[in-house]
Amino acid sequence: MATQSKTSNLKAAETQTTTIALRRPGQDTSRNAIILGIGLLIALAAPFVLYPVFVMKVLCFALFACAFNLLIGFAGLLSFGHAAFFGGAAYITAHSAKVWGLGPEVSILLGMGFSALLGLAFGALAIRRQGIYFAMITLALSQMVFFMALQLKFTGGEDGIQAVPRGHLFGVIDLNNSLSMYYFVLAVFLVGFAIVWRAVHSPFGQVLKAIRENEPRAVSLGYRTERYKLLAFVLSASLAGLAGGTKALVFQLASLTDVTWQMSGEVVLMTLLGGMGTLLGPVVGAAIVVTLESYLAATSMPVPVVIGAIFVVCVLVFRRGIVGELQARFGRR
Amino acid sequence: MFDLLGVPPQVLFGQLLLGLINGSFYALLSLGLAVIFGMLNVINFAHGALYMIGAFVAWLLLTKLGLGYWWALGLSPLIVGLLGVVLEKTMLSRLYKLDHLYGLLLTFGLALIMEGAFRHFYGVSGQPYPIPDALKGGQNLGFMFLPNYRGWVVVASLIVCFGTWFAIERTRLGAYLRAATENPVLVQAFGINVPVMITATYGFGVALAGLAGVLAAPIYQVSPLMGTNLIIVVFAVVVIGGMGSILGAIVTGLGLGLLEGLTKVFYPEASNIVVFVVMAIVLLIKPAGLFGRER
Repeated sequence: MATQSKTSNLKAAETQTTTIALRRPGQDTSRNAIILGIGLLIALAAPFVLYPVFVMKVLCFALFACAFNLLIGFAGLLSFGHAAFFGGAAYITAHSAKVWGLGPEVSILLGMGFSALLGLAFGALAIRRQGIYFAMITLALSQMVFFMALQLKFTGGEDGIQAVPRGHLFGVIDLNNSLSMYYFVLAVFLVGFAIVWRAVHSPFGQVLKAIRENEPRAVSLGYRTERYKLLAFVLSASLAGLAGGTKALVFQLASLTDVTWQMSGEVVLMTLLGGMGTLLGPVVGAAIVVTLESYLAATSMPVPVVIGAIFVVCVLVFRRGIVGELQARFGRR
Repeated sequence: MFDLLGVPPQVLFGQLLLGLINGSFYALLSLGLAVIFGMLNVINFAHGALYMIGAFVAWLLLTKLGLGYWWALGLSPLIVGLLGVVLEKTMLSRLYKLDHLYGLLLTFGLALIMEGAFRHFYGVSGQPYPIPDALKGGQNLGFMFLPNYRGWVVVASLIVCFGTWFAIERTRLGAYLRAATENPVLVQAFGINVPVMITATYGFGVALAGLAGVLAAPIYQVSPLMGTNLIIVVFAVVVIGGMGSILGAIVTGLGLGLLEGLTKVFYPEASNIVVFVVMAIVLLIKPAGLFGRER
């Protein structure tokens, strides 16, 4: 065990992450602006081409993966329990909207607040250990949430909370109209994405990267790394909650599926496939995984086997992910 | 008969026995995880899936080849161990130079594949596995009834656990292993083939999981999902015990199994989460785990 002299998480053989860390923010703003502009146009036009609920699902999972990526990609912390925040918020949002009759925006905020508190508790425990232990602790804690969701009365056990009303946004806009719901979800996604963007390109984000690359050095520079890690964890958990709450309104359902460890694994895969530590990677990864799953659902192929196989291939030969690979290929150094 | 805190002793001891059996499986599995982690620095997420495969191999040997329990007890760990050797040689060994988290991610993917495949072919409903004739029946201990097979499971896993402990802590081969855990480069310089040792260690660790699977087959039903939730509890056990010591893994496994049994008696609603609560408390008080070394 003494061989474990490494100090940073997941920098490993990848040079890509290092180049990201070294690049000054704003160096390639124009290119990013073009990519974002095109992406936004696609997102605005998508519901007229594709099935809106499908695109909303992609957006929810993309936000979930972005939140997760904030931890793994920029702070080097592998959480294997993000389903607890995603699914936990889904339950709270669904309960608020259905039983308490609150509006969609308040319900989602309540779900998000719940995830933030849960993230504070889990984060405070998990950051006491590093690396593999961090992953195992988050996994175990989220499994605890799963069992609670299974047993508590208000979650509805195996059935979940069904027929959640979407309600009227700010009491005015009817979200039962799938187009208005779509643009609402898109707005939520953009807000979440902007928060991640801002966090990564802030002094806070730079400190996170320093912790990822070399935590002892960050400590010796006088940073209280636990606080930064905890804040990153809470931020990530809240955004995962935002995604989960929104998802509950889109599908009008909060169920056990959202809190299983398979869900935690899925978000890891989306991020890994798209590219850890890249801003757009999780979005691409989420789009691919969600598309693939809805395609596979129509065939007789066992979904977990395919997902597992992609996992194995990614880990063995494709660790940079799609966006990471593109960035390396058409390098911006 | 007397009552303990309002609980009939039959219920209490029955649940304690169940806890002891669960604890035996926790101990066997966390022991395998600890051995693998010590040598490879990999947390084997596929451990639960390999435990399930161990049970399935026993079931397939019985139904397809007519080979009974005692054959399975020898063959199944061997087959699972060989599967582990193949996995280590072809995939895991490529990741040692990278961050250890990639090992976790790879074995997670492997677990999904294995469980998904068995689920696809055998469905989610369990397959019954008969108790071998020699271990049918039970003993009346006066305060409770002890089925022979359950007593056998506890004794067998204790023997295997302490045998492993002895082999690692008290034999020459174990000394090499411990030395290679501390400093593989130096041990290799002394002319010991460390890569082979690493492969063998992984094979042995997963063979323990396979053995646990065979032992479990007559108690629980043989189902593709039997390893899924178990492995996460075992992860919590590992965090509680700390990876530092073999003995620690065994003691923590048995202890938490008993605690779970007790919780089932006095506050059944919490029995699923009691291990995780203990984990949270241990993390607050002693982050390195009960038997772990702070690194």
